[in-house]
Amino acid sequence: MLGTFATLTVLTLFGAREGAPTPWLGLVVALIVGMVFCGVLNVLAERLAYRRLRNAPRLAPLISAIGVSFIYINIGLFWRGPAPVLYPDILPRFDFLAGIVGPQSLIRFGVRDLFVVGLAVPLMLGLAWVIKNTTMGKAMRAVAQDREMAVQLGIDVDRIISFTFLLGGMLAGAAALMYGLYNNNTNFVLGFTAGLKAFTAAVLGGVGNVTGAALGGFLLGVLGSLTVTYVGAGWENVGVFGILVLVLVFRPTGLLGEETPEGK
Amino acid sequence: MKIQEIGDHAPASDGRERRWMIAAVSLAVALVLPYLDMLFGLNLGLKLIPIGIFIILALGLNVVVGFAGLLDLGYAAFFAIGAYTAAFLTSPSSVLLQALGAKPIDFWPAMLLSTLVAALFGVVLGAPTLRLRGDYLAIVTLGFGEIVPLVIRNTPQWTRGVQGMNPIGTPSLGVYKFGFDFQAWYYLIIAVIIVSVVLTARLRDSRIGRAWAAIREDEVAAASMGVNPVSTKLFAFAMGASFSGFAGSIWAGYLQFIDPGQFDFSISVFVIVMIILGGMGNIYGVIAGGIILGGFDRILSGSVTDVLRGVGNLVGLEALQQADVSRARSLILGLALVILMLVRPEGLFPSARRRAELHAAEESAEEADQQRSTLYETQR
Repeated sequence: MLGTFATLTVLTLFGAREGAPTPWLGLVVALIVGMVFCGVLNVLAERLAYRRLRNAPRLAPLISAIGVSFIYINIGLFWRGPAPVLYPDILPRFDFLAGIVGPQSLIRFGVRDLFVVGLAVPLMLGLAWVIKNTTMGKAMRAVAQDREMAVQLGIDVDRIISFTFLLGGMLAGAAALMYGLYNNNTNFVLGFTAGLKAFTAAVLGGVGNVTGAALGGFLLGVLGSLTVTYVGAGWENVGVFGILVLVLVFRPTGLLGEETPEGK
Repeated sequence: MKIQEIGDHAPASDGRERRWMIAAVSLAVALVLPYLDMLFGLNLGLKLIPIGIFIILALGLNVVVGFAGLLDLGYAAFFAIGAYTAAFLTSPSSVLLQALGAKPIDFWPAMLLSTLVAALFGVVLGAPTLRLRGDYLAIVTLGFGEIVPLVIRNTPQWTRGVQGMNPIGTPSLGVYKFGFDFQAWYYLIIAVIIVSVVLTARLRDSRIGRAWAAIREDEVAAASMGVNPVSTKLFAFAMGASFSGFAGSIWAGYLQFIDPGQFDFSISVFVIVMIILGGMGNIYGVIAGGIILGGFDRILSGSVTDVLRGVGNLVGLEALQQADVSRARSLILGLALVILMLVRPEGLFPSARRRAELHAAEESAEEADQQRSTLYETQR
């Protein structure tokens, strides 16, 4: 939510208005600013609200996280007010399929779709690469598996966890730009449902599994759309959270699985 | 006797006497509060009712979170179920009654039924999810808390959706009808709070209460000692839900109007913060937390706004002149949560056992840190 506001501010600086030509440079800058903004914010939140609770009972950081999300919501409320905010539709309207299937086609694939796919896929591949191949990624997995052991082996756990929060925040920032440009609106309570959906996707695919998260997100999106079409517009989130409950109950390790400490 | 000493009681008898004194004094204050209010023209009146209802909710959730250690983030869903059950049974606009061709029933049996229905939903939700632990359980309950208001919103043919249900039956005692009489509602809520306090205190000290504490502290150990974790947890869920069931029916009867917007996530968090602020597991602490937070939300935030604006007018600062503390409600809630977790995770008035638990955790963390630093030194 804050990411959509931040990128929107940058885009407005670059003269993005409804109907104005696409400010491509502005898009790039907005992407970078959004990613850095959300990443830094996330690192700060970790430093201030979660780090000291790392050895506390498990519920303490969760409650603290709810507190942080309420603070964010209120910042958003002060920033842009309670009403939905218009996010300008600045991508060119061009349908790639119109030429192939004809203008009456029910299937559309426009620039905005290409934009989302074209940004999301490299980001996912990049994330998978970072986690799999870099020293940081290896250290990250080590910390996830056994923090004590990682400490014994000389890994700076604080730094790794900060880095993880930075990565997570940056991806959220990029997602915010995509969300804004795709849906053309945003509001101050957007993040709550988005966060729950992200969590559902991760759980559906298997926690700690990048491929699984991508698959989970994809399936969840398809399921959400199907719910909207076949059940009704208001039911999307019911379907999504229903899936979350079902997955956690029947297959806590997710579709692709990955041993999680509290899976069962 | 031994078991009693291990329980949450204060072992020394003067501690217990002091506790009775506090309870008696606060009860006396609560009983004369409406008259004080009239006498001094404080205009608290109508603000006290929601605070009281939230205290009932906090007492119920305390059973789940404080006693059994299950973090339930969807408590407002049971509150909604209780309120809507009462509305279904007592409102002339209810589809259920029209379909059955029945007349609206009296408030008291409706209250009982909404308690039962809420407890039933507690079991229905609890049964499949209680295998999960800690944060996963919290997320599932959070999802449930989202689903219930959404379903109510999306089924206007039964629940009248966002239009809400109205009017709702009110209780009567003999020939006396409650209607909108503030004092009648106030004393009803005080009575319900007293019953709830006695009930939860008795539950806590009972066999099942000790089983909850055992499960909360070490599920595996408790299970191997013959405590059935599933039925014990389910009972905690059902108990907690039943409290929000009757709280919901009182809420519906008092407000005369309910819609799904009244039962969103912030309500669940509000009740959780009350418990954490007061001290998880401690009944009096929870009530204190409810009074502090409810009082701030309903009464103080208005006066603080006035004070801030007054200062702003004096200093000529425009930002202060337009300050509105109620707009910063979730900021304050969030900050309260984070700061509490960091500074005093056991709450303002923790139960003796909780305090011991949390501080044991701290000590072992310190030890671990020490060990870590010695390890590093050897490496160098």
